[in-house]
Amino acid sequence: MSNSFPPDSVGLVQPQLLQFDIPLTLRSGKVLEQFDLMVETYGELNRDRSNAILICHALSGDHHAAGFHNSSDKKPGWWDACIGPGKAIDTNLFYVVSLNNLGGCAGSTGPASKNPATGRYYGPEFPVVTVRDWVNSQLLLSDRLGIHKWAAVVGGSLGGMQVLRWAISYPERLAHAICIAAAPKLSAQNIAFNEVARQSISNDPQFHEGRYLDHGTYPKQGLMLARMVGHITYLSDNAMRAKFGRTVTDFEQTGSNFGRDLRTGELSFAFNVDFQVESYLHYQGERFSENFDANTYLLMTKALDYFDPSVDYDGDLSSAFANSDCKFLLMSFSTDWRFPPERSREIANALLKADRQVSYLEIEADQGHDAFLLPIPRYVDALKAYLLGVHEELCDAPRS
Amino acid sequence: MRPDLEIIQRWIEPGSRVLDLGCGDGGLLHYLKTSKRVREIGLEIDPTNILKCLQHGVNVIEQNLDQGLANFQSESFDTVLLAQTLQALSRPDALIDEMLRIGRRGIITFPNFGNWKSRLYLASRGRMPVSKFIPHQWYDTPNIHFCTVKDFDALCAEKNIEIIDRTVVDSQHQGSWYIRAWPNFLGEIAIYHITRKDS
Repeated sequence: MSNSFPPDSVGLVQPQLLQFDIPLTLRSGKVLEQFDLMVETYGELNRDRSNAILICHALSGDHHAAGFHNSSDKKPGWWDACIGPGKAIDTNLFYVVSLNNLGGCAGSTGPASKNPATGRYYGPEFPVVTVRDWVNSQLLLSDRLGIHKWAAVVGGSLGGMQVLRWAISYPERLAHAICIAAAPKLSAQNIAFNEVARQSISNDPQFHEGRYLDHGTYPKQGLMLARMVGHITYLSDNAMRAKFGRTVTDFEQTGSNFGRDLRTGELSFAFNVDFQVESYLHYQGERFSENFDANTYLLMTKALDYFDPSVDYDGDLSSAFANSDCKFLLMSFSTDWRFPPERSREIANALLKADRQVSYLEIEADQGHDAFLLPIPRYVDALKAYLLGVHEELCDAPRS
Repeated sequence: MRPDLEIIQRWIEPGSRVLDLGCGDGGLLHYLKTSKRVREIGLEIDPTNILKCLQHGVNVIEQNLDQGLANFQSESFDTVLLAQTLQALSRPDALIDEMLRIGRRGIITFPNFGNWKSRLYLASRGRMPVSKFIPHQWYDTPNIHFCTVKDFDALCAEKNIEIIDRTVVDSQHQGSWYIRAWPNFLGEIAIYHITRKDS
């Protein structure tokens, strides 16, 4: 069975549900009395329990970061480009842990779970969770797995923000913080896009004030719209030109029609889907709406909006890193306009100001924000080289 | 190790903080980190070199020196290095100011354009010198601000910079009594250890 997977794939993987009967006080002051986390692991934990890497997912990610759940799966986990035997995050060297965050909809406790206190779906009653709350729950997960210190905590975008929170709140629990295509806090433009997404969900007639599951329905149109607008921010102008400009007839060069490929070859002169890009966004939105919980989408975007570790330090990010003794690797992508390179440089500069050990790379890539999920050679090579160094450190370290 | 780097490393104190501007493949920083336990940061723009820095386990920031060093705090390093990069900068004088703002001391190496070979080449052929050591044509060279040992001495005097130490060597990085006697004529590579006079 497993030989039908590529040799650099982790192959078939089995998620596991871990239950926590420990009350978790959230940043909002609310308390989750108990919660579940859906977790996947790849590779093997060494005897010293020192080779563990935690993967933090982004807005729509989950615990399924690599490999396949079934031999019939068409697509592997969301970060299969980087996780596997011989890949950048090498499962021959590291024990890789990936989880679905609290409030998620892939098995961990979230709005689509039933509240044990009431027997009803949490729905809109599920508390607003923040990046800090996620990291606190991930700390409990570390304790459960017997991992005292992560060799590295790694994440892109919203995942990168969790990495920063780890380095600030629990610096003694990680050796390396790898933060990719992230920002130290959202800009007004970022928040604006999130609000459009939230409004499109909550104004869908099927939303029912967040109680749609009780009504046996879900806000499909709203979720579609939210994903469509989100998806635009993940791609660069160039990426869209290339993606939707393949079948050029009037121009010599692929892409020189600005990605204006038509769906049927002619204009409809009606308000139909004329261009490939429209049909693509519809397809992406529709597929997403069938697999993602609307309340989770609201929560995740709020977690993004609220993230700002400098708030506890009078707005000075560098003070937040005063005790972050781990080493940092930051990477950004040239055409990412959601979290552009300047945002990663803000983090790098705060770390330099705090006299921390930091490396920063700005990767030339056409794919926009999505680049962090893709096998872009310079990016993957850098991640791999850095992590080989992390592994060497483990081998050099005195045995405990 | 490149012989000029061998000379530089003698001026670095163990356990000190070192910022290397244009750190290349990180070889020197790696050496200083392992042999002198310095806390290091390198700045570099070439992707191949940056990857090598990561392979060396050296902290490296992708940053263009011509865009300034405003993101570094004053007096945050003991030594700021600039090896064989001065002549490629758009404003070498501004960067030297920045080096001595950020670091207590600076180390600068550059090819001495006052060397007799350059003089002879220009005098006899009437064309910009091209050598094995500096192999570029005038139009494609990254080296846009050549200077001589005398020029650099003058700049230091003008900027009130103290020259703690100066070594001038040939292209094999060998020093000798005659190069010391006529550095601007015989020396091919100049290596300066500098600090602010007021510090």
